[in-house]
Amino acid sequence: MTLLELEDVTASYGPVQVLDGVSLSVPENGAFGILGANGAGKTTTLRAISGAVRTGGRIVFDGKDISGMRPDQVAALGIAHVPEGRGSFGDLTVRENLRVGAYLRKDRKGIDEDIDYCLDLFPNLQDRIKSNASALSGGEQQMLAVARAIMSKPRMLLLDEASLGLAPSTAKNVYDAIRRLRLESGIAMVVVEQNANLAFTVVDDATVLETGRSVLTGTSAELKGMDEIRRAYLGG
Amino acid sequence: MEKFVQLVIDGLSTGSVYAALALAIVLVHSATGLVNFAQGGMAVLAAYVAWVLTNQGVPLVLAILASIVFSFLLGAVLERFLMRRFERGDPDTAVVVTIGLLTLITGIAGWLWGYNNQQFPSLFPLDTVSLLGVSVSIRSIGTTLVIVVAMVAMQALFVGTKLGLALRAVAINPQSASYSGLPVERLLMVGWGLAAVLGAIAGALVAPQLTLTPGMLDNALVYALAAVILGGLTSPVGVVIAAWLIGVLENLAAVYVGFIGFDLKVAVPFILIFVVLIVRPQGLFGRKTVVRV
Repeated sequence: MTLLELEDVTASYGPVQVLDGVSLSVPENGAFGILGANGAGKTTTLRAISGAVRTGGRIVFDGKDISGMRPDQVAALGIAHVPEGRGSFGDLTVRENLRVGAYLRKDRKGIDEDIDYCLDLFPNLQDRIKSNASALSGGEQQMLAVARAIMSKPRMLLLDEASLGLAPSTAKNVYDAIRRLRLESGIAMVVVEQNANLAFTVVDDATVLETGRSVLTGTSAELKGMDEIRRAYLGG
Repeated sequence: MEKFVQLVIDGLSTGSVYAALALAIVLVHSATGLVNFAQGGMAVLAAYVAWVLTNQGVPLVLAILASIVFSFLLGAVLERFLMRRFERGDPDTAVVVTIGLLTLITGIAGWLWGYNNQQFPSLFPLDTVSLLGVSVSIRSIGTTLVIVVAMVAMQALFVGTKLGLALRAVAINPQSASYSGLPVERLLMVGWGLAAVLGAIAGALVAPQLTLTPGMLDNALVYALAAVILGGLTSPVGVVIAAWLIGVLENLAAVYVGFIGFDLKVAVPFILIFVVLIVRPQGLFGRKTVVRV
């Protein structure tokens, strides 16, 4: 069953066309990667799904056309966006950040259980639970951003460059946790990454964007085998 | 000694006036990330609404309640139709808009009701009671109590409730808040509305003392901003204590420090601000903001 479908989605910032007809499809429980260089339109694709930019074309989630919806309405349907730059609430504590993530939920007990789950998934956050988010390291803030998204009990996670600016070992920790999350929860994912190696540890299928258009789509295994992908995105 | 106690108590009473306005400023800052210079003007407008109603024979308490409802709507409408245009841009622009709004509201109030001082009835009786050997007006006690209740309520709202948490989150990072499903625009409207309500309460409390004029709160706004800087923009309890401190120190300095006297007592809060900004820039009670890059 297809959970998310993008059909010929376009988007522009002022006169600059950033997405020039992106199509992709993510099955229920699936994980889909979006690879590509800077400025290829990866982040804009996620922002289009979230309703943070105006778009053309069709975006269908769970059988419902969501194009034109506001970000909070999209979130209410079960899509949690982990934005580039992590989007922490700096003056709020880690616990408060997690509570904001659970804003749409009313099940107090479930929320507490999920906070415990997040702290188990990201043990680093356990010691910092009362710290302000602004005092966390980059890696911890990334973990908090993913945890905040989990707190909304989403059906789909949009992950934007979770490795950006992190030391390689920290980035690997973050992706290990994301892979574990996927196995344990079955949450579907759209993973935007410049570091294709990391993305392939999580996703089943992926597409390569160039100047706002998919130039290549395939399974992880197929893409990993292609010379041009190796040269451009896998470092050799 | 008696003189000292009297000065302290009078100081607390004027300090409460600054505190009321300072709380409104903190509320709107916590909920929208802006310092709203129009806060005083909006409070004056609310006081005029209550005044007009009492002149029509409406009982004072009902008139004040009506002005509170009016203020909530005014705050929400101002956010929806004016401030929203500036929220996504440079925060400095939005702050300048609030300064313009202050001038505009003061002008409208003057145009509608003139610039003459108007008598505003007091919520509390003017009798005095004896406390520690000095006489204290019941009005001072009442004003102070209302401020303490407002402060506790506000602290509870921001720290203890989901709405308060949501308001803070929206003020810090609206984009991220919307990704978590928070209805950002509605929350900003509520934040402005609540701050205007607090302003209306402040206006109704101080109008009897200051007598009602369009510029009634201009002076108090300066002291309130001083209290906000002293107490820290993030701390309701802090700004109230700072406002009381300003009221008391100002009185004491005028009497006990020869070269200050009554003419220079207006300088006291500014000297305090100067010292605090050097020694503890986040304010006496504010949280330090750490930014990692």
